[in-house]
Amino acid sequence: MANMNMIQALNSAMDIMLGRDPAVVLMGEDIGYFGGVFRATEGLQRKYGEHRVLDTPIAEGGIVATAIGMSVNGLRPVAEIQFADYIYPAFDQICSELARIRYRSAGEFFAPVTIRTPCGGGIRGGQTHSQSPEGIFTHVSGIKVVMPSNPYDAKGLLITSIEDDDPVIFFEPKRLYNGPFDGNPNKPAVPWSTHPKGQVDEGYYKVALGKAEIVRSGSQVTIITYGTMVYVAAAAAAAMNIDAEIIDLRSLVPLDVDTIATSVKKTGRCVIAHEATRFSGFGAEILSIIQEECFWDLEAPIQRVTGWDTPYPHAFEWEYFPGQARVTRALKSVLEPA
Amino acid sequence: MRMSKQSRLHLPRVPARPGEAPDFSYVQLSPAGAVLRPEINARARDMLSLSIDLVRVLDDAGEAVGPWNPHLDPDELQVGLRHMMLTRAFDDRMQRMQRAGKISFYIRSSGEEAVSVAQCMALRPGDMLFPSYRNQGLQIVRGIALLDLMCQLLSNTRDMCKGRQLPVMYHSKPGNIFSISGNLATQFPQAVGWAMAAAIKGEDHLAASWIGEGSSAEADFHHALLFASVYQAPVILNVVNNQWAISTFQGYAGGEQRSFAARGPGYGIAGIRVDGNDFLAVHAVTQWAAERARTGAGPTLIELVTYRAAAHSTSDDPARYRAKDDAEHWPLGDPILRLKMHLMKIGEWSEARHQALTAELTALVASGWKEATTFGTLSEGPRLNADLMFEDVFKEMPQNLKRQQALMRAERS
Repeated sequence: MANMNMIQALNSAMDIMLGRDPAVVLMGEDIGYFGGVFRATEGLQRKYGEHRVLDTPIAEGGIVATAIGMSVNGLRPVAEIQFADYIYPAFDQICSELARIRYRSAGEFFAPVTIRTPCGGGIRGGQTHSQSPEGIFTHVSGIKVVMPSNPYDAKGLLITSIEDDDPVIFFEPKRLYNGPFDGNPNKPAVPWSTHPKGQVDEGYYKVALGKAEIVRSGSQVTIITYGTMVYVAAAAAAAMNIDAEIIDLRSLVPLDVDTIATSVKKTGRCVIAHEATRFSGFGAEILSIIQEECFWDLEAPIQRVTGWDTPYPHAFEWEYFPGQARVTRALKSVLEPA
Repeated sequence: MRMSKQSRLHLPRVPARPGEAPDFSYVQLSPAGAVLRPEINARARDMLSLSIDLVRVLDDAGEAVGPWNPHLDPDELQVGLRHMMLTRAFDDRMQRMQRAGKISFYIRSSGEEAVSVAQCMALRPGDMLFPSYRNQGLQIVRGIALLDLMCQLLSNTRDMCKGRQLPVMYHSKPGNIFSISGNLATQFPQAVGWAMAAAIKGEDHLAASWIGEGSSAEADFHHALLFASVYQAPVILNVVNNQWAISTFQGYAGGEQRSFAARGPGYGIAGIRVDGNDFLAVHAVTQWAAERARTGAGPTLIELVTYRAAAHSTSDDPARYRAKDDAEHWPLGDPILRLKMHLMKIGEWSEARHQALTAELTALVASGWKEATTFGTLSEGPRLNADLMFEDVFKEMPQNLKRQQALMRAERS
């Protein structure tokens, strides 16, 4: 085991997969010689060569399209889209092509592409470096959607994603790259070395897709979340001194409905938290599933904690970000219904 | 090209990495004055060499030579020099203010000032500009107050974007400068659409847009050229080839096999390659393209060959991926020094005037900054009302946003 931040854990996952499987190639803008703008691929081109770790033109549509072609020809491309905010030029290739190759060819062709992309706010990135578009892609049938919240999971989930024969979009909450973040920007940054999940196995291991993790078990209320909000929710619940059960989904597609339903049936109360905008967000899907699975066990209306339904504003980052105050309000509402 | 008995993946050559000597032998140069100037209504297919050669007016001695000499008045040249020097003084100060934590992010245009300044001066005020994020010279030439630019950078109470955009993403409706996007190349085909509308409406305004050579890899570049060609739109499409897109060398945008200007003729559009650090050449080429657009001769693709002397942004460190002191070896020099040399050569400038102007502009920027910070900075002073976050999502605020606005207020109280 070694101390790793999330960047190092991701780097380790790609390093191991490049070493294990000659079909694995990395591709993306600035990822080769430079090692990526967040340094996730640092040293890998030097180690595995320019034909395995490809610098690409600045063309996200081209990156995903050629990754599809490579994958159909037997490679296992891991494509980096530098920011999730820049994934949209590849939208057609992802939704109309990547997601449907297996289906439309009756399983004869398939496209094992992994798309890694940093997402989320809290870094003063404004509207073009802060978005959380995961819900847009969960709406497309045929793509798996993953979002780790810590270095240990990041590595295991990325290895699993690369080995998966279906396409995966792997969202990396960039505010968590260097440490867990509880939503309070005025507190000193906490490094991963202080957190148990910053202890990462240096070798090969997998974390299954479609398996949520109960981060904290509790009896009073279930908080269903993923990504950065895992820590915001935990901090809010701790500050309120309530016995919350906190579920980190880790993978949105496939979704671990059993863990969600079992927990909500136990607590009878539920808050769903994500950083993305509210309207038609992934929280709405979770809420619907709980309504279908747990309606007779609910003690109070389910609450959602989300970003507001506006673009991510540069100057109002912390008014926009669903911080502890927003979580607290939702928890109070669920625990003491009017 | 090497021939072999099996296919191989070619990787563009990057001339000089850290620790290596700068190498610009790949840049194809033409002597100043050597390139012919075609008639305004010449057809794209009849001037293919323009997209391969390099239009230059200023020679190494600072003389203006050849058919592209725009014969500008000394007054106009002095204004151009002033705009370029102001752009640089502004950039330098804002860079320092970012480092001091007063603004969150900044992008300099150092070494590329002639692109925005000379091009904008060759256009008319009614022409619509669709800039990238490295065209602050356009704002300067169009007379946007430094105070307005600085307040945008500060996201303060006087910010034209009401706190919604990253620094440098300016806009000016009265200045006919479109809102800058942080996404790449999106403005290029939009400029074509604007120009198509001008033609539909029978107006003689044109549109001009700028992208980096790196961004020309995006599909938007193709859309722009295609639509411009199909409709012969009155548009000037500018590829600022500053050699680097963060760490991506221009060879990775396709510049290794063919010039960027040469993409134009492939679409039936005039393509012209120009020394981007030569104020006179940039002005002349832009004026030529503008006249073509206004007289119905159609669009022009201009490749401005220049060098990104600074980092990509305040988040970037080029020492990690390119040779140290690269910019000092750039064969096309510095646009400010070259115009200064020319003005001195023709007896219209002096070292003393240059120093006085430098001091004047530095003071101008300093006083602008002092005033701008009275409206607040990132870390201190007055702040914009966060209520503004919910406005302008739609023309009229829908119910869900009204509700969220109230929740946000409650959360902050």
